[in-house]
Amino acid sequence: MLDHLPALQVVVPLMSAPIIVLLRRPGAAWLISTLASFVAFAIAVALALRVAETGTVSYAMGSWPPPWGIEYRVDALSAFMLVLVAGVAALVMPYARRSVAAEVAEHQAYLFYAMYCLCVAGLLGMTITGDLFNVFVFLEISSLSTYVLIALGRGRRALLAAFQYLIVGTIGATFYVIGIGLLYLVTGSLNFADVAQRLAGIGELRPVLAALAFITVGLGLKLALFPLHQWLPNAYAFAPSVVTTFLAATATKVSVYVLVRFYFLVFAPSQALEGVPVGGVLIALSAAAIVAMSLVAVFQPDLKRMFAYSSVAQIGYVTLGLGIANEAALTGSLAHLVNHGVTKSALFLLVGGIVLRGGDASFASLAGLGQRMPWTSFGIGVAGLSLIGVPATAGFTSKWYLIAGAAEQGSWWIVALVVAGSLIAVAYVWRFVEAAYLAQPPAGAAAGEPPLSMRASEAVAVALCVVLGLVTAFNIGFARRAVGLLLGGAG
Amino acid sequence: MKNDLVLRVVAKLFTPFVLLFALYVQFHGELGPGGGFQAGVIVAAAVILYAIVFGLPAARRLVPDAIVESMMAIGVLIYAGVGVAGLLLGGAYLDYFVLDRDPVHGQERGIFWVEIGVAITVSSVMLKIFAMFASRGHDPDE
Repeated sequence: MLDHLPALQVVVPLMSAPIIVLLRRPGAAWLISTLASFVAFAIAVALALRVAETGTVSYAMGSWPPPWGIEYRVDALSAFMLVLVAGVAALVMPYARRSVAAEVAEHQAYLFYAMYCLCVAGLLGMTITGDLFNVFVFLEISSLSTYVLIALGRGRRALLAAFQYLIVGTIGATFYVIGIGLLYLVTGSLNFADVAQRLAGIGELRPVLAALAFITVGLGLKLALFPLHQWLPNAYAFAPSVVTTFLAATATKVSVYVLVRFYFLVFAPSQALEGVPVGGVLIALSAAAIVAMSLVAVFQPDLKRMFAYSSVAQIGYVTLGLGIANEAALTGSLAHLVNHGVTKSALFLLVGGIVLRGGDASFASLAGLGQRMPWTSFGIGVAGLSLIGVPATAGFTSKWYLIAGAAEQGSWWIVALVVAGSLIAVAYVWRFVEAAYLAQPPAGAAAGEPPLSMRASEAVAVALCVVLGLVTAFNIGFARRAVGLLLGGAG
Repeated sequence: MKNDLVLRVVAKLFTPFVLLFALYVQFHGELGPGGGFQAGVIVAAAVILYAIVFGLPAARRLVPDAIVESMMAIGVLIYAGVGVAGLLLGGAYLDYFVLDRDPVHGQERGIFWVEIGVAITVSSVMLKIFAMFASRGHDPDE
C-alpha cells in the first residue's frame, strides 16, 4: 500500500466528502473530516521523508505511464507544499468543531465539512500532480468548494464576497486553461517535465509567450498578486473563521507554487523567458503590494480585514523573491510560504476566537482585550511579532534570506523596501496592542477565552511561529532542497 | 398544467420511453455517442418533465430529496470505488487493467462502472439544481 501513497494523498480527502454527504450528521462529518485531514497529513509527512531519502517519487495514475497518462510527482518542492497544506488542514480541524457550530447553520454543517474535504483534496491535487490539465481540474475543485465555503459565512455580505471571488476566480481559471491550451498546441504534451523538454527545442516563441502571459495573469488572480487582489479582503473578512484560516495559509500559497513550477521548471529551460522582463515586473508589483497593502492594512477598522490586507502584502514578499530569483531569495520565498502560512493561521485562529466570544473583531470591540482574553491577546502579540519578522520568530528567517538575496544582487532599494514593509507591519500590529493592552475594557464587555479545543489549535499555531524561527530544519532546509531542484532544472 | 388532459397523458406516456432511451445512451456509450453524463441528463429530464406537468411536490414524492442527495454522493463513491478496486487488485489507482482476466476486459469493466457512477451523480445533481430553482420562494426556509 505504501507505493500508493501519492494517490491516497488525494483520494482520502476526496472520498471523505461523499461519505459525509451520505451520513448527513454534523458530528460524524466533523469526525470524518478530522480523520481524513490527519491521515492526509501523515501521508504527506511519509512522502516527504521518502523524497528526502530516495529522491523524486513518480506515480502513474491508472498504470498509464507518463507522459501519456497522468503522473503524480512528489519532488523536493511538492513534498514541501504537501506537508504545509495537509498540516494546516489538520491543524484547524480540532478548532473547527466549536467554531463551525457557532458560525454555520446546523443543517448546513455537514455540507461545510464535505466542502472542506473537497477543498483539501483540490489543493493537495494541484500540488501533487505532474500534469498541466490535471492542475486545472484540481484548481476548479478547490475553487468551487472555496466559493461555497465562503458563502456559508454569516450574513449576506458573505454571499456577495463569494460571488465576487467566483467571478474573478473563474476568469483566473479560464486564463490558466487558455495558457495551457497554447502550450499544448505548441508541444503536444500536458506533462510538466515533457512540456519543459519539448519547449527547449521550439523555435516559434510567440504562442509560448502568450501562454506565459495567460498563465501568469490567471494564477496571479488566484494568488492575489497585486493589483489582482481585490477579491481577497472581502472573502477573508466574511468567510467563517476556519475557512479564512485555511485559505490564508494554503490556497494562495498553492497558486504561488504552481507559478513557481511554471517559471522555473517549464519556461526557464526554453528561451521563452529571454528578453522578457518577468522578474522586473514581478519585483515592481511585489514592491507595490508590500508598501500599498501594508499601508491600507494600517487603516482598516476590523482585525480580520487588517490581516487580510496584510496577507496581500505578505504574498508580495514571496513574489519578490521569485522576481529576484537567485538562490538566497528563492529560499526566502519558499520558506516564507510556510512561515507566513503558519503565522497567518495562528492570527486568524485567534481572531476567530475573538469573533466567537465578542461577535465581531472590530477595533472598537477590542478595547481592553488583554484583560478579558489574556491568552488570545498574548498569542496575537507573538504571532504579530512573527508577521513583523522579529528575530527568533518564523517571519524573520524568510525575510533574512530575502534581504540576503537582494543584497547579493546589489539591489539595496529592495533591502530598504523589505525593512520598510516590516516597519509598517509594526504599525498595524501596534494598533492591536494599543487597543488590547492600553485601552480600558468597557463595562459589561464579554469576557472569557474560547473553548479548550479551539485553544489547542491556536496554541500549536502560535508555538510553531516561534519554533520555526528557532529550528529551521523544516522551512529553510526544505526550501534549500527545493531551490536546488528549481535552479538545477534551469542550468 | 395539471388540468391539461393532453399534456398529462403525453407526459405519462413519454416518461418510460425517455428513461429507456437514457438506458440505451448509457450502455451504448462505449460503442457510439453517449455515456454516463448524457444518460444522467436524460434521466433527469424525464423527472423534470414530470415535475413541470404534475408539479414539484408530485415529483418530490416520486423522487424524495433524501434519495437525490444520497445519489449525488453514491455516484462519486462508485467512481472513486472503481479506483480503489484497482488498488486492491494490485494495480495503481484507477487501474482498469487488473479488473478482469485480461486488460481489454478489464478496461471495459472499469469504464462501465465509472459511467454508472457518472450517470447517478449527474442525474441527481441536475434534479437538485432544478428543484432548488423551482422551489425558490415556495420553501419556508428560503
